[in-house]
Amino acid sequence: MRYLHVPRPWYRPVGLLGALAAVLVAGCSGPYPQSTLEPRGDFAAMVDSVFMTTVYLAAVVFVLVEGALLFVLFKFRGKPSDADPKQIHGSTVVEIIWTIIPAVVLAVVAVPTVRTIFATAAVPATSPDGQPPLKVEVVGHQWFWEFRYPDLGITTANELHVPIHRTVDLRMKSADVIHAFWVPQFAGKRDVFPNRETRLWFTAAVTGEFPGACAEFCGAEHARMDFYLMVDSAAAFTAWVDRRHADSTMMYTGAPKHAADSVPLGSMDPKVARGKQLFTTKTCVVCHSLSAMNPFKGQIGPNLSGIGTRKMIGAGWLPNTDENLREWIEHTQKVKPDVLMKGLPPISDDEAAALIAYLRTMR
Amino acid sequence: MATAALDPAHATSPKRSVLVDWLTTVDHKKIGILYGASAFIFFLIGGLEAEVIRLQLMKPDTHLVSPEFYNQLFTMHGTTMIFLAVMPISAMFFNFFVPLLIGARDVAFPRLNAMSFWVFLLGGLFINASLLMNAAPNGGWFGYAPLSSRQYSPGVNMDFWALGLQILGIASLAAGVNFFTTILNMRAPGMTLMRMPMFVWSVLVTQVLVLLSFPVITIALVMLTADRNFHASFFSYNVAGGDPMLWQHLFWVFGHPEVYILIMPAFGIVSEILPVFSRKPLFGYSAMVFSMAFIAFLGFGVWSHHMFATGMGPLADSFFSLMTMLIAIPTGVKIFNWIGTLWGGSLQFKTPLYFALGFIAMFIMGGLSGVMHAVAPADLQQTDSYFVVAHFHYVLFGGSIFSLTAGAYYWWPKMFGRMLDEGLGKVHFWLMLIGFNLTFFPMHFVGLLGMPRRIYTYPSGLGFDGYNMASTIGALTLGVGFLVFIYNVIRTWRTGAHAPADPWGGATLEWAIPSPPQEWNFAVEPTVSEKDALWAMKRAAGVKVLPEPPLVSGKGIHLPSPSWWPLFTSFGILIFMVGIMVKGETHGFPFGPISVFGVLLTAFSIFKWSYQPVDHPTSH
Repeated sequence: MRYLHVPRPWYRPVGLLGALAAVLVAGCSGPYPQSTLEPRGDFAAMVDSVFMTTVYLAAVVFVLVEGALLFVLFKFRGKPSDADPKQIHGSTVVEIIWTIIPAVVLAVVAVPTVRTIFATAAVPATSPDGQPPLKVEVVGHQWFWEFRYPDLGITTANELHVPIHRTVDLRMKSADVIHAFWVPQFAGKRDVFPNRETRLWFTAAVTGEFPGACAEFCGAEHARMDFYLMVDSAAAFTAWVDRRHADSTMMYTGAPKHAADSVPLGSMDPKVARGKQLFTTKTCVVCHSLSAMNPFKGQIGPNLSGIGTRKMIGAGWLPNTDENLREWIEHTQKVKPDVLMKGLPPISDDEAAALIAYLRTMR
Repeated sequence: MATAALDPAHATSPKRSVLVDWLTTVDHKKIGILYGASAFIFFLIGGLEAEVIRLQLMKPDTHLVSPEFYNQLFTMHGTTMIFLAVMPISAMFFNFFVPLLIGARDVAFPRLNAMSFWVFLLGGLFINASLLMNAAPNGGWFGYAPLSSRQYSPGVNMDFWALGLQILGIASLAAGVNFFTTILNMRAPGMTLMRMPMFVWSVLVTQVLVLLSFPVITIALVMLTADRNFHASFFSYNVAGGDPMLWQHLFWVFGHPEVYILIMPAFGIVSEILPVFSRKPLFGYSAMVFSMAFIAFLGFGVWSHHMFATGMGPLADSFFSLMTMLIAIPTGVKIFNWIGTLWGGSLQFKTPLYFALGFIAMFIMGGLSGVMHAVAPADLQQTDSYFVVAHFHYVLFGGSIFSLTAGAYYWWPKMFGRMLDEGLGKVHFWLMLIGFNLTFFPMHFVGLLGMPRRIYTYPSGLGFDGYNMASTIGALTLGVGFLVFIYNVIRTWRTGAHAPADPWGGATLEWAIPSPPQEWNFAVEPTVSEKDALWAMKRAAGVKVLPEPPLVSGKGIHLPSPSWWPLFTSFGILIFMVGIMVKGETHGFPFGPISVFGVLLTAFSIFKWSYQPVDHPTSH
C-alpha cells in the first residue's frame, strides 16, 4: 500500500503523545471521526506528514522565542528610580544572524512542502490494488452532494461508496454556488465550481464509515451539507454496485437481478404498494429518483437509490430512523429551513407509514 | 472642548455651539477623537455579534438564532471588525498623532480629512442600518461570487455590503492620499525620513498599501454592483464568459494587503511603546523600517494563498507557498528586534507595556500558525476550518487589538489630559489575555479535528463540544474585560488624575506639548536633529523630564477654518449609493432620482468647498 510508504518522522510518536496530552488538558474526549490528525489514506497521510514537520519546528521556535521574551521580562525589570540603561541602537551582526536563522528554518519547511504539492497534484495511474482508479463525479448542490460513477452508470447522493485500496479519482463540479468537498481523514479540501472541473484523489487504507462536510460557505444551510464516505471491502463494494444496478433493472426494465425484487405491484405488501403510489401522487417523483441508473427524471433533489438502508438523511445530518424520515418528509422546512423541498402538506399517519415502508424497501 | 477655549480670538466662532463645532471641525485631533469614538461603538456592536455567535456555538444542535441570522452575524462581525473597528481605530491614532509626531500643525488637507471621517461614519451607519431592516449582509465578508449574485442572494443584503464597502473605500482612499502627503511634506525641519518615529513609518507604509490595494476592491465592487443591479456578468459563469474565480483573485489582491493595513499600525504603536518603557531606543531602526516595507511589498504577491483549495495547480501552489513563507523572515526580524529593544532595558511595567508585551507573545503564535498555512498541502486541511479562525484572530486580535489597546492606554493622557487607572488597566489586560487565549487557542484543535468555519451549528459526536464550550467561556471573559475598560474610561473621565505633558518619559515630540494639546499643537515649530527627538532635547537639557510647557495664546497662528462642506459632500455620496440600492431592487434604470440628487449634492458641496477661503477670517 502506498499509504504505508509515506515516510514517518522518528518524532511522530512524541507528537501524537503531545496531541493526546493537549486533548486531555482541554478536557475533551474522542472519538474524532472528522479529524485531520488521524489520516486513513495516502493523500491525507502525506499532508499530515508535512504538517507535523511544521508543528515540531513551530513548537521549537515557540519555546525559544516566547522563552526569550519571558526571560527578558523577568531579567530586566526596572524601577522608576533606576538610571537609564545603556542606549544600544542595534547590532548588525546579531541582526544578520537572526535574519538567516528563520530563512534556514523556512527552507527546511519549503522542501517537503514543494515535494508534497507535486506528489498530491496528479492522480496516480494505478491503484495499490492494481486496478485503474475509480472515477467519481462529484456535484455540489445547495445543500447536498451528488456522486456519479460514470464507468458504472451509477448516481447516488450523500453517501460515497468506495472500495478499500482503490484510488478514487474525483472530478468535481457545482450545480450552483461554490462548495468545497472535504473528507478530512482521507484528503484535503477542494473547492467545486459551477464553471470548471476540479480534481482530487485519495486511496482509503481502512474500511469504515467516515463523515465529510462542505467547507466553503455556500448559503443558508452550509452547516448541513455533510456526507458520509463508506469505505467497503472489495466484495462489499461489488455487492453495493450490484444492488444499484438491480434497483434500476427492477424499476425500468422489469427484469430484476435479485429474486427479492421480482414482486409485481399486485402481490406486494399492500402498505408498500400504497407507499409506491404515494411516492408518485405526492409528487416526490418530480424531484427524486429511486434509481441509481441513468435516472431520466427526478434530478432536482438528491438521488434516493438505496435510501432505505442509508446511514443518514438530510445530507449527513439526521440518523435514518422512521421518526426522522417522517419528520423530514412532513416538516422539511422545520428540520432544515431554506431547502428547496417544502415538505408535504399534512399527511395521515397511515400515509406516512406506507411511504416509509416503501422507502425502506429501497436497499 | 478644552483645546479651543483658551483664546477667544481663536475660538472658531463665538456663536457656534459645541455640536456645530464638532460637525464642522477640520482639526485633526477632533477628527481623531470622532474616529475613535465611532469606531469604538462599532467595535462594541461587532463584539456583541461575536458573543451571540459564541452563544449559538456553545453547544451542539443549538437553535438560539436561525441559520439565516447566523450568516448575517458572522458576515457583519467580520465586516465590522475589519472596516469599522480596527481600520478606523488605527485612523484615530493616525489623525491625532501623525501631525504631533512629525511636528506639524495639521494634516496636509484638513477638510479632506473631515470628509474621510464623515464618509466613513455614514458608510458604517449605512451597513449597520441593514440590521434594523433584518437584511444585513449574509454572504461573508469576502462576498464570493456566485453566492453574492442576484440569483443566489436576491435580497438587498449584499447590496448593503457592496455599496457600504464602496462608501468606506472612498474614506480610506481620501485618507490615504492625505496621510501620504502629510508625512512626505509636512515634517518639522530636520526630521528626515530615517529620523521619523516608527509609528509614522508604519502609517506611511499603511497608506501606500491603501493607495495600491483599495482601487482593486473599488473596481471589483463596481463590477459586482453592475452584476447585481445592471445585468452585467463579470462573475456569473453562464453568460458572456464571466468567471467566479475572477472575483476571488480581485478580492484577495485587495484582501491580503488589507490584512497588512490592519497590522502595520499595530507594529508602529508597539515600536513606540517598547523603547519608552524600556528606556532604551528601538533596536535596529533601519531593519525595522525595511522589514516593514518588505512585508508590504511581498503582501502584494501572496494573495493566492487564500485560494489553495481552488486547485490552481502545483506550480502556482508552490510559488504562493514560498512567497508566503518569505514573509516570515522580515516578520521574524521585527519580533527579534522588539525583544532586542527590551533586552538590557529598564522595564517599567505600566499598562501600555503589558499590552505591548501581550501583542508580541500573541503575534508570535499567529505568525507560527501563519507559516503552517503557507504550506499549501497542509492548508488544504486547515483552510475554511476553525484552525484558520484561530490563526487570524491571533494576528488581528492578539496582534492588532492588543496593540491598539496598548496605544489607547499610552496615548490617552495626551488625547484627553487624564491618566487611565493603572489598576483597572491591568485587570483589563489579564482578563483580555486569558479570555483571548481561552477563546481562540481551542479553535486550533477543533479546526484540526475537522470543524468547518461559518457553520451555524454542529452535531454532537464529532468531538467538537468541549472546545466550543471553552471558546464561549473565553469570549464572555473577553467581554467582561472590555466592560472593565469602559468602566475605566468613565471613571477617568470623571475623577481621573490630570496628566502632565510627559507622563511616561516619552521619546517623541507629542510629549513636548501640553496634554491635551492646544489647537495649533506647536506654538513654535520644533527643530529635529536626531531620532527620538524629545529624548535628544532632554539629553541636551540634561534633564529626565522637561519642565511643563506653558499654555500659549496662539495669537497669529493660522489655522484652517471649519467647514460644513465635507459633511455635505459625504451625505451626497451616501445618497448616491442609497439611490443605486433602491433602484437595484427593481432592476430599473441605473440612476434614479435619488442617485441624481446625491451626485448633485456632492458636486455642489465640492464647488462651495473649493471657493471657501482656507483661513478663518477672524484669525487675520
